[in-house]
Amino acid sequence: MSYLKLFAVLLGVVALAACSQPTIPDPEPSSSAPGAGDPAGGFGDYDEGGLGDGEPIDYDPSAGELPSIIYFDFDSSEVRPGDTDIVTRHAMQLANNPGARVRLEGHADERGSREYNIGLGERRSQAVRRLLLIQGAGTAQISTVSFGEERPQSDGSDEASYALNRRVEFKYTN
Amino acid sequence: MPVKKLALAMIAVSCLLATARADVVIDIINGEVRRTPVAVVPFGWRGAAAEMPLDVAEVIGADLYRSGRFDPKPESDMLQKPTSGEDIDFDDWTILGIEAVVVGSVEQTGDNAYTVQFQLFDPYRQAQLVGYRMPASRGTMRRVAHRAADMIYEKLTGIKGVFSTQVAYVAARKQGAGSLYQLVVADYDGENEHVIVESTDPIMSPAWSPDSRRLAYVSFEGSRSSIYVQQLRTGNRLRVSSEPGINGAPSFSPDGRKLVLTLGGVDGNLDIHTLDLTSREKTRLTTHRAIDTEGSWSPDGRHIYFTSDRAGGPQIYRISAEGGTPERVTFEGSYNARPRLSPDGDKLALLHNDRGNFRIGIMDLERKDLLILSTGRQDESPSFAPNSDILIYATRAGGNGVLETVSADGLIRQRRSSGQADVREPVWSPFPRY
Repeated sequence: MSYLKLFAVLLGVVALAACSQPTIPDPEPSSSAPGAGDPAGGFGDYDEGGLGDGEPIDYDPSAGELPSIIYFDFDSSEVRPGDTDIVTRHAMQLANNPGARVRLEGHADERGSREYNIGLGERRSQAVRRLLLIQGAGTAQISTVSFGEERPQSDGSDEASYALNRRVEFKYTN
Repeated sequence: MPVKKLALAMIAVSCLLATARADVVIDIINGEVRRTPVAVVPFGWRGAAAEMPLDVAEVIGADLYRSGRFDPKPESDMLQKPTSGEDIDFDDWTILGIEAVVVGSVEQTGDNAYTVQFQLFDPYRQAQLVGYRMPASRGTMRRVAHRAADMIYEKLTGIKGVFSTQVAYVAARKQGAGSLYQLVVADYDGENEHVIVESTDPIMSPAWSPDSRRLAYVSFEGSRSSIYVQQLRTGNRLRVSSEPGINGAPSFSPDGRKLVLTLGGVDGNLDIHTLDLTSREKTRLTTHRAIDTEGSWSPDGRHIYFTSDRAGGPQIYRISAEGGTPERVTFEGSYNARPRLSPDGDKLALLHNDRGNFRIGIMDLERKDLLILSTGRQDESPSFAPNSDILIYATRAGGNGVLETVSADGLIRQRRSSGQADVREPVWSPFPRY
């Protein structure tokens, strides 16, 4: 993101913050919504009904559809803490199916030099490969390729697109 | 497969005054560099058909205009239209302030045989500066016209012309959910465009052989990277590297016998290697666990410049072509990548992160100062023209990659529009051999 854009966003945040402190009262405050139109309301009088002891849930790593793409932070090849479970489930899948083969496709966002970005994409696929190997997948099951910035998931030149393009895709070939 | 022709048209001429500090870059549109007023008089024609096969004067005039240094006057301003030196009335040109006059003719000598002749005059000194007669066919006449423009340009500026050169680049076109990638070779002015190879898998990193007859490139056919060397005339290609993991960033040695390339191996440690194209023997030059890539030979063949992030961010290093300890070359800023040496060996073009904007920089290897040449946000892939005086690179316009050229002093910058495709990675050919 350019500094100008960042500045514009920050300006917007400041403007929003200013708007949440209205100096002119709402002429027709809704009586059914407690706290509405009252800039000081919201925290002092919330409803505590229905809050019980709750119950613990077990972690089941095989539950749900297994995502085949994980995303990375800017200038990072570290698997995000929230995505390590996904890698673990892929590792289990490979360990339990010795015939399975996966190609890890690393990608980078478009900024910077193309061949250097090939290197950055490869760093990401290698980070995933190492995690798979220490969790039981076999070396012969995994190949890596880096497409760098050549195959973006999103074509835009903005932070949201860059975040989608910094990724590793799991492609099962067998 | 023929493609929709990319009309490489110059849509903007701007001038840039730049220093090593980007915050004092001043963009002057159409300023600063004075275009020398010249005249390229319509050529005479003697032949069977009513018109000559190609308007040679128009091609020469367009070349001189595109250089950014000349202002060819329109035909309507001309007081006389001589076709040979004897017919020139020099006063008719000095009165208009014209500093150089080109006259010439095309004569048909056979069914598909012609003679093109031209003469360049200085009307103030009333002297011929250069004159030449060249054989041509219908197929070669455009090349002959470019060659005449090269000679005229060199005589007037002291710099070799590059109007006879070619540019290779990669074009990506949306096709269904994916893209069609094409490696294209065209004349420097966008004419004679040929698709060399195309694939639905990415193609990248084209590199010319020193004899202009072959291109090396990376292709991801089959979802793995391989390096190919392809003959332009025949289309025959050889897969010269297809190791596990990354095969990337090929570049020819000055003698054309070797490639420098990047191999990553199974563990993904990108290092600089050389490949002997005859013996197919590979030699590893770097071993650092960081990314080492984008190798490029110095014109004397002694060193290889490359990008490495061994110190954190990417910087440019150089290593003896025989191996040894790399030495760091760039120190200014946090991101310097993709080194390319000027053919005269004096300058280094690179990609520089200028406070969040990726721009083309040029470093004088003796003085070590960095000049920022471009003004975009995502500029990339600088490549020197063989005269070391101009660079071509890719920038962004309207969501697509387009090509721009800039003089090595940063003063003359031109954009070429490219129609529908996303164009990137331009590489300028060496001088043609006659």
